Amino acid sequence: MIHLILFLIFGAICVAGAVNLLAQRHPINSALSLVVVMGSLAGEYLLLGAEFVAAIQVIIYAGAIMVLFVFVIMLLNAGAEEDTGGSRVALLFGVPGMLIGTVLMAWVLLERSGTQAVSMGALPGPPKTIGWLLFHDFLLPFEVTSVLVLIAIMGAVVLASHPESVQQRNKES
Amino acid sequence: MLSIETFVIVSVIKIVIALFVLLTAVAYTVWLERKVVGHIQNRWGPTRVGPFGLLQPLADGIKFLFKEDLTPPHVYKPLYIAAPMIALVCALTSISVIPVGNWVTVAGVHTPLQITDLNIGLLLILGITSMGVYGVALAGWSSNNKYSLLGGLRASAQMVSYEVSLGLSLVGVLIVAGSFSLRDIVEAQGGHFWGFIPKWNIFYGGQIVAFFIYLISAYAETNRVPFDLPEAESELVAGYHTEYSAMKFAMFFMAEYANMITVACVASLLFLGGWHGPVFGPPILQALLPIFWFVLRVFAFLFIYIWVRGTLPRFRYDQLMAFGWKVLLPLAIANLVITALVVTLRS
Repeated sequence: MIHLILFLIFGAICVAGAVNLLAQRHPINSALSLVVVMGSLAGEYLLLGAEFVAAIQVIIYAGAIMVLFVFVIMLLNAGAEEDTGGSRVALLFGVPGMLIGTVLMAWVLLERSGTQAVSMGALPGPPKTIGWLLFHDFLLPFEVTSVLVLIAIMGAVVLASHPESVQQRNKES
Repeated sequence: MLSIETFVIVSVIKIVIALFVLLTAVAYTVWLERKVVGHIQNRWGPTRVGPFGLLQPLADGIKFLFKEDLTPPHVYKPLYIAAPMIALVCALTSISVIPVGNWVTVAGVHTPLQITDLNIGLLLILGITSMGVYGVALAGWSSNNKYSLLGGLRASAQMVSYEVSLGLSLVGVLIVAGSFSLRDIVEAQGGHFWGFIPKWNIFYGGQIVAFFIYLISAYAETNRVPFDLPEAESELVAGYHTEYSAMKFAMFFMAEYANMITVACVASLLFLGGWHGPVFGPPILQALLPIFWFVLRVFAFLFIYIWVRGTLPRFRYDQLMAFGWKVLLPLAIANLVITALVVTLRS
């Protein structure tokens, strides 16, 4: 019972954070709302018995990626955004599309899994299980993902390097 | 199993004791630092308030409480007020999973000397310390002051960079111990090998390189000399807390020292065998000696922290980043690979 109540509370915080993310005008407030969303998602994972995923969620998303977001916002000293009144296309297609998506998802979830709550420990959560899954059952996708990340890093290095200095070096050598 | 009422009462008592001890330790670490750095520089340090200046922390605390709390008009108020709270809360929360000794039975209740034993204890500490960056970064940004902003930027860049090597240096210990629970990790380090050398991870687990990587990254994580660039006085006035006064400044100050103590606790637990040590004498002594051995290790770490502060000059910022990414990180990865190989071959 207490798990269900906590789950609902964390869910409410998560949704409120997401709405606040869109409503805030200043980028740093939006970024912090996203931190709240990440944190409450970690709470949800914890309540589902996936304690490792919860901890990683906080360490990686809330603690590293969002810190870099905040860092960039601070570095560029981005100010409050102007209100452009929203676009008509978003209003015409976006809102109905989102509603249809939500209804579809809720319907599929209710049809497939019944309405019972997932009990603690029903999903693979302990570090040992996750390690086994990653390095035995899903070894190939896992390694392919790491190559993908490597390509992304190389792309970032190419974008961030100064082409003139590279040409200069090539001429000298 | 305890009943739910007993559990709540025992937990509240443990939390109150842990917070009281931690805050007292924070106050007296400040005293110790002033005293030791004083002696290193051929001064006396605090001597006026009480014997050996022992009441100085109390006087400082009263001063912080009664000083005028200035809020400059140009700050972004919500975050300006929240930032020191985030810093302090994150610093104090991580003590909750730190075990200080064995199980004890007090008034018929059998309980571990730890607020709670989680099976992801170490990850929780890493998660909370990574959230602590927000306190510093937001303080720098919300102060609306160039020195504060630069301090906050430096702090967040430095903390994110060194957290990588810090985390990787701990993975070696986790591979040797096979658990995230701090209590399990300590208990795996009991006993001796070759007759006399204790089975601490730094010796038996071969984690001596990891230990030094952890030590160096921990100095950077807590913004201490020689990595105290976020508050470098000669360049940035006081860095991210330039605009803070009275209790809000004290909160940053307490957070810094509480983080130092947490880091020292984690180092003692993971690398130096936690509370293991010779235990003898009557039952009451047998219960207290492990705590004494643990506190002794933490004290030694804090002393080294202060010693380093009194000895080393500050890094330059590019040196700091190059050292973190080009030296510590490859070393940490090499240590991780070698440890994994050795453990696999041994089993």
